[in-house]
Amino acid sequence: MSHASSPVADAWTPAQLQAVIDAYQSTPGAMLPLLHAIQDRFGFIPEAAVPLIAEALRHTRAEVHGIISFYHHFRTHPPGRSVIQVCRAEACQSVGSRQLEAHVKASLGVDYHQTTPDHEFTLEPVYCLGNCACGPSIRVNDDVFGRMTPERFDQLTDELSATVLEVK
Amino acid sequence: MAITVYVPRDTTARALDADRVAARIERGAKTRGVDINVVRNGSRGLFYLEPLVEVDTPEGRVAFGPVTPGDVEPLLDAGLLEGRQDHTLALGLTEEIAYLKGQQRLTFSRIGITDPVSIEDYTALRGFEGLKKALALSSQTIVDEIKTSGLRGRGGAAFPTGIKWQTVHDQPAGQKYVVCNADEGDSGTFADRLVMECDPYMLIEGMTIAGLAAGADQGYIYLRSEYPLAHAILNEAIERAVAAGYLGSNILDSGRAFHLEVRLGAGAYICGEETSLLESLEGKRGLVRAKPPLPAIEGLFGRPTVVNNVLSLAAVPFILDQGGQAYADYGMGRSRGTLAIQLAGNVRRGGLVELAFGTSLRELMEDFGGGTLSGRPLKAVQVGGPLGAYLPQSQWDNPLDYEGFAAFGGVVGHGGIVMFDDSVDMGDQARFAMEFCTVESCGKCTPCRIGAVRGVEVIDRIRAGEAPEKNLVLLADLCETMLDGSLCAMGGMTPFPVQSVMQHFPDDLTPRQAVTAGGTTC
Repeated sequence: MSHASSPVADAWTPAQLQAVIDAYQSTPGAMLPLLHAIQDRFGFIPEAAVPLIAEALRHTRAEVHGIISFYHHFRTHPPGRSVIQVCRAEACQSVGSRQLEAHVKASLGVDYHQTTPDHEFTLEPVYCLGNCACGPSIRVNDDVFGRMTPERFDQLTDELSATVLEVK
Repeated sequence: MAITVYVPRDTTARALDADRVAARIERGAKTRGVDINVVRNGSRGLFYLEPLVEVDTPEGRVAFGPVTPGDVEPLLDAGLLEGRQDHTLALGLTEEIAYLKGQQRLTFSRIGITDPVSIEDYTALRGFEGLKKALALSSQTIVDEIKTSGLRGRGGAAFPTGIKWQTVHDQPAGQKYVVCNADEGDSGTFADRLVMECDPYMLIEGMTIAGLAAGADQGYIYLRSEYPLAHAILNEAIERAVAAGYLGSNILDSGRAFHLEVRLGAGAYICGEETSLLESLEGKRGLVRAKPPLPAIEGLFGRPTVVNNVLSLAAVPFILDQGGQAYADYGMGRSRGTLAIQLAGNVRRGGLVELAFGTSLRELMEDFGGGTLSGRPLKAVQVGGPLGAYLPQSQWDNPLDYEGFAAFGGVVGHGGIVMFDDSVDMGDQARFAMEFCTVESCGKCTPCRIGAVRGVEVIDRIRAGEAPEKNLVLLADLCETMLDGSLCAMGGMTPFPVQSVMQHFPDDLTPRQAVTAGGTTC
């Protein structure tokens, strides 16, 4: 069992944040590209980024907070090593995603928007991954998996946990 | 001479282990001392056969599928690389597969055939011919060609594309934009994704032509963040198109400019609504704008903007290359051309079916789809995404066309067909429609923001047996309020699936205890 926190999530400093922000200052409609860049780099959008973004893009802090919280994709806390999204939409429902969803929650011991205590997995709902002819679908980080079953899910999470341990 | 083997690289093929299949084929060929060249092509859209491996032979490309990593060695032993057809997964010539042969692929004519990012592959199959013709035409002539084609917005609203372009064209010169709505959020749809992952230059070409017609030199593709692979492929294609002179400040030495950039959404379904999308592109919360002003007059950053769905723009290169009439020759009534139908959910043969408007749902679900995946009887079909009605058996013979569907309260939308077998609880589906709206409403207007929350509560009360009859009346009234009072289609159409359950599957919208107690209803 790994207890170390995610190496990606903690590696930010105000100077690094400012460097990312500066790169987008002259981009038209910079807010979303900038928020993506911060989250891609640091794993989440640190609270400390809000006043820096507000200053750079001439918004109030409240506006920046409002934008971050509007979009499901952006998170303000460090995620687990792997972010697992389970598709909740109709096409996947028609082939058993409700049962899969219940299994995933029970198997990881967390609900949506939560991270396992060992920081391995963050569970998120998603409404369609565009793999609707071969559901149920889940996404692990940037990889989509189709025709998912409870058994295959357990196998997959075992493999993902094992990979992390091997690296150490 | 190396043998060419094709293993698709789209999201669905990869979700079914295509990467490992490709790796094992390379390894197996090496062990056997056979020289092969593995091309990671796009998908043909025959998802029930993915991963669909093809091998070049003198007779044409032969197919094998669905291939799992474990099938690779037996297939190689059975002569896959020589194109031998002895194995049970052998499908014969790809072009002769009935599912594919029975289609009318105008827009999707290249998918699965080419390497998605190869400009040479694209131009070898008439790619950029439409753009070359457009560069020789006046902007008004381009708009007229689109009008002749009868093309209507494929995102769902079915607004005539030519009229939209005309409006932007007629605005005084100055900064204008072309925005592609690639926020394909409807469950049961993947046609936009296929365009972007399997034939990205077609979208680039369509947008560039739109820019020439409207007088816009900047385009944005607003892509949903749920499509990371499409993001990578589009960016690579744009980079290559710029390097080859198809995009940039001097397109094919014409002196005309068009710049293109992909912008990622951030997991908000509502941003598929065009005004919400524009707000998001400007860097704001994706709140829906009141119309007027139309985006064609005051769109992105307050400037005239063409906002079109991926499929609308993807139809443009064919129209400019072959002429608007060639496109209009397909279809029925006021629905001209072809529709990209997406067979999804509980379906035996799921995938993309491009056909002229006018095919019936039953033909699609039975002839192409082959019925349900589970083998159980089909009970309900949701057409047109999460805001589309659930259609019972009595409506499956209606031909798919915009006016025909609207006549009975159906929605063609983006062409997604989600099939459900008889194990589905339609009460759960009605509740989910309302629940989805609580999650995805932008919150600007009350009927949508509050109505959806109340909708979930009322359905829960009905199912818990709390005054079900009175609460059903309340639910009907709530649906009317949302329909009439919402600012956009999110709140305005969320009632469609709910009402269709109330009307066609009333037995499922009854107290749960009664059902589990022995199938009786009260």
